[in-house]
Amino acid sequence: MSDRTTSVDYVPTSEPYDAELAELERTYEPHANPFWAWVTSVDHKSIGKRYIITCFVFFILAGLNAGVMRLQLARPENHIVGPDRYNQLFTVHGTAMMFLFAVPVMTAFATYLVPLMVGTKEVAYPRLNAFGYWTFLIGGVFLFAGLYTNTGPDAGWFAYTPLSGPEYSPGKRVDIWAQVVTFTEIAALVAAVEMIVTILKMRAPGMSLNRIPLYVWSILVVSFMIVFAMPSVAIASTAMLAMDRLVATHFFNRAEGGDPLLWQHLYWFFGHPEVYIMFIPGLGFVSQIVETFTQRRVFGYPVMVLSLFVTGFVAFGLWVHHMFATPIPQLGRTLFTAASVLIAVPSGIQIFCWIATIWAGRPRYATPMLFALGFIAVFTIGGLTGVMIASVPFDLQVHDTYFVVAHFHYVILGGVVFPLFGACYYWFPKITGRMLSETLGKWHFWLFFVGVNVTFFPMHLLGLDGMPRRVYTYLPEMGWGNLNLIATMGAVTIVASVAVFLVNVAKSSVAGVVAGDDPWGASGLEWATSSPPPAWNFHPLPVVTSRAPLWEEGGEMPVATGLATDRREVLITTALDAVPDNRHEHPGESHWPLVMAIAVGVTFIGAVWNPWAYVVGFVISAVAFAGWGWPRGTKPEDQVTTGRLPSAEAR
Amino acid sequence: MSTTTRRTSARRHRVIGASAFVLLSLVSACDREQRRFRENPPSTSPSNVRVSALQPGTMVDTTHVAGPYDNNAWAQSEGQRLFGWYNCAGCHANGGGGMGPPLMDDQWIYGSSPENIYNTIVQGRPNGMPSFAGKIPTPQVWMLVAYVRSLSALNTTGARSSRTDHMMMYPGSSSLQDPAKPQQSFRPPASEMP
Amino acid sequence: MLQGGLRGALNQSVLEASGPQAAKVEKLWWFAFTTAAIVYVLTMAALWWATRRARRRELRGELLDDAYAEPRMTRGVTWATAATLVILLLFLGADLLVGRTLSPIPKKQPLTIELTGHQWWWEVQYADTSPHGRFTTANEIHIPVGEPVLFVLEATDVIHSFWVPNLAGKKDLIPGYTQSVWFQADTAGVYRGQCAEFCGLQHAKMALQVVAEPRTKYEEWATKQRRPAENASDPTASRGREVFLTGTCAMCHAIEGTSAGSHAGPDLTHLASRRTIAAGTLPNTRGALAGWIVDPQRIKPGTRMPPNYLKPQDLDALLTYLQSLK
Repeated sequence: MSDRTTSVDYVPTSEPYDAELAELERTYEPHANPFWAWVTSVDHKSIGKRYIITCFVFFILAGLNAGVMRLQLARPENHIVGPDRYNQLFTVHGTAMMFLFAVPVMTAFATYLVPLMVGTKEVAYPRLNAFGYWTFLIGGVFLFAGLYTNTGPDAGWFAYTPLSGPEYSPGKRVDIWAQVVTFTEIAALVAAVEMIVTILKMRAPGMSLNRIPLYVWSILVVSFMIVFAMPSVAIASTAMLAMDRLVATHFFNRAEGGDPLLWQHLYWFFGHPEVYIMFIPGLGFVSQIVETFTQRRVFGYPVMVLSLFVTGFVAFGLWVHHMFATPIPQLGRTLFTAASVLIAVPSGIQIFCWIATIWAGRPRYATPMLFALGFIAVFTIGGLTGVMIASVPFDLQVHDTYFVVAHFHYVILGGVVFPLFGACYYWFPKITGRMLSETLGKWHFWLFFVGVNVTFFPMHLLGLDGMPRRVYTYLPEMGWGNLNLIATMGAVTIVASVAVFLVNVAKSSVAGVVAGDDPWGASGLEWATSSPPPAWNFHPLPVVTSRAPLWEEGGEMPVATGLATDRREVLITTALDAVPDNRHEHPGESHWPLVMAIAVGVTFIGAVWNPWAYVVGFVISAVAFAGWGWPRGTKPEDQVTTGRLPSAEAR
Repeated sequence: MSTTTRRTSARRHRVIGASAFVLLSLVSACDREQRRFRENPPSTSPSNVRVSALQPGTMVDTTHVAGPYDNNAWAQSEGQRLFGWYNCAGCHANGGGGMGPPLMDDQWIYGSSPENIYNTIVQGRPNGMPSFAGKIPTPQVWMLVAYVRSLSALNTTGARSSRTDHMMMYPGSSSLQDPAKPQQSFRPPASEMP
Repeated sequence: MLQGGLRGALNQSVLEASGPQAAKVEKLWWFAFTTAAIVYVLTMAALWWATRRARRRELRGELLDDAYAEPRMTRGVTWATAATLVILLLFLGADLLVGRTLSPIPKKQPLTIELTGHQWWWEVQYADTSPHGRFTTANEIHIPVGEPVLFVLEATDVIHSFWVPNLAGKKDLIPGYTQSVWFQADTAGVYRGQCAEFCGLQHAKMALQVVAEPRTKYEEWATKQRRPAENASDPTASRGREVFLTGTCAMCHAIEGTSAGSHAGPDLTHLASRRTIAAGTLPNTRGALAGWIVDPQRIKPGTRMPPNYLKPQDLDALLTYLQSLK
């Protein structure tokens, strides 16, 4: 059997490709002014990198909020912040973590990784991709600008009406929240569309559906979930709540025929799939990491893929478990209990398959693998408490207490952040060309693992002891002080671990060990190009003949040649079997995505104060649309015709 | 190569831009959003408040006291709540008037400036307006002043809420009401104050 | 669990059930916890074993052999999945059983209490078939031990949630909706509850107390609550009554038997009979009451009650009067 740790030297050094590579360098040459090049870039890798960094900035800011919250709660009747500031802190903590970090960082990684993993040059719509990032950035800055000017939303990240309505949330705080949701949901929908089309239509020749990496499957599932879930919150928050607050509609006003429960249904119909949207890419990360660090393919590929789909599908049938204390008929509650319990099965299957893979493989415990194992340890606890609170009688006792806070932090930190850190260590060499320090990595892992458990395990006990959520303080006589103090000390540990991570990233970016194409001995296509990849990712295109391309070919990899090198040309393939079907010229750098994002920004930020902003914004958007879509004047001989397929030849 | 330099200079730009933004934001703290729970605005009623526009001899400029809550959203929302709690709606309805005059129009018998409304509430007025001195604490009177002024669009739009969660009062204290075009209504014979 | 050093004086624990519903949920919890703990330990053991076995194989130099591994992995994963499914279905069954037993109201005409949630206090009205049997109080509920009590839940402003962990699960109070929940206390005692749905600035300090006492004591209490406030006997209390009625207090608070009839704030007719004030935030003592009256914003910033800067003699008289309202 071939030794799988030899990296496949795929980037050809032989003569026939030198001229083409030189021409590609000229085609992909960025603008002379570096700032302008950065602003107008449509390269999915450049956008992916800045997207990941921006998400981590929001992670740190939201984490600082949590730090202040933990300091306030460390002792009873503490005076670090008062109720008004505390309410803003926890609302922005939740909103930023959910809308500005957890989902966007997953779509950001996907933006970077998916084209590389499916063996293509670019995402399906490069300018749209850039637009998604700028829109997201504007929304995130808007939220924190609100927080730092005492205008931070203060009605919770879930903003139940009537508390978030015009009468009980005076001022512009909740309006800002409602529009921040707009920006993030546009960015998510953009990412979803990109991923669906890229994955289905732009895979490397030969990468039929049953050869797609598990991570790419997870992104496909998540993208469809985004498409179905986001419109619900768009209607609820961007349309209905914003209108109730701005122009006195009555969607949630019971006295005039509306219903406060309507908000809850619409919000949680989005909100529950949202947490699976965050979690499923994490499953994809773990699959890739386990595969590489046990040096064997993950066991049970079809079952793994099916589990992803079942999880994604059933996730849409759980939302009422957030509403068990409201007037819902008994039968309804029972159905949602059953669904909430049974969704544990596909996730369980995945965990069993990974354990089986480790059992049959040759595990190496580098930092990414540690994070994958940490994921199993931490997420399983969260999953088990989740099954417990699926039960209506039990949920009615612990709903809105710290028990639930413990549960969701275990599943989110365990199921999203552990895999995410693992992914950072795993793909950092590919993204930057240097390895992250293993020593600092292990410090990071252990501090984080200990910190998460010390912070959140006591919260189970606090919830069972009667401590409700969203409280800025508590009485000394309740006896909650000691556990809260322990939790705060755990939070300090988490801060330390993230600091170690940041130091690691900073140091390694400039002075880390140089990584080759494939430092880990992995099997995916992204490791078949240089670290970092050139702007065009692959030339010539790889042709895939198995599920683990770099392992099966043993150094000999078929390629497809024939795509033009004097323009940005990508190969379109069929959805099922990835047979080459067409070719398409992709756009180069453009400033229109930024202009369009600014137009969207003007529209929705202005709408916080005046509905005329929609009209003004529409006009600016129309101009941006026109500029964006203006024909590029492609010469007739360069236009695409069907029937011209690049030739596939073995090297 | 140039990738690193490009990245560094772009990063530098980002850092500068971000810091500037944050600093500016911190400087311009927002009056509209402050929740002033323990404040005690002017506790003595303003003196030298005129309720007639006529003066003998040369006109003296009347000094106007700015309402402490005229731009504060939270206080106006409190005023909205107190308007119902203290049963102002019993005579003034939700601004449209009934036994008492409407508060949404541009006709003010005893003046529309904040200190005039303050005195109206605290001193009472002939023909039925009770005197609330000693009954409503001073900060709450100022909240009511701010709310009443917002009913006829005399305060900035950003601080007013669009509606309550009760039955619709039309035309309500809509946040979009145009200050230049308040409601017109029947002018009582003795009203002369602007 | 959580006894002794970690526990304070007040007991708001899900695991210290004093009523049949909370008791059933507590049993369900222990079943769920035990099962979950076993599942977790087994999963972690499997993971540990997998890592150890892989290492041992490597040390022994065995080659990876799919013909050996695949069928074993298939068997392992299949059995683990089947076991998971069975355990989950068992849990589901247990949960549904418990749910069924908790829903019906066991008594035909239970004592009915109408609870209305306000920002940030609880309005409590005892229903009665005859109008003069009704009475209103705030933040403290008395119920007879061993009898089911029906709560009818409404809200006037935002969504609140009624939760007394020792006795039963929570139910939301939603403006525009009426929900009912019943529960029963099996042992006499004072049970603390707290609002469990984020309702604004002082959600953290919106507590209530449920006092379960023998039927006779409950009847005594209820009879006293039905009576209007007695006329103030001594001069200081009379003076205090004057202060109450002529100042800002009467604008929001009602005292039956006087001209103060506003229902904007809590009813104070029998204030002195309550254990706490300010929705469970402070003990009902003269000093705490003084501090609360003079500056409630210091204790509950954002609460609806404004500061009242009374003259010292007026405050003293007012306190004497309020403390006479038994």
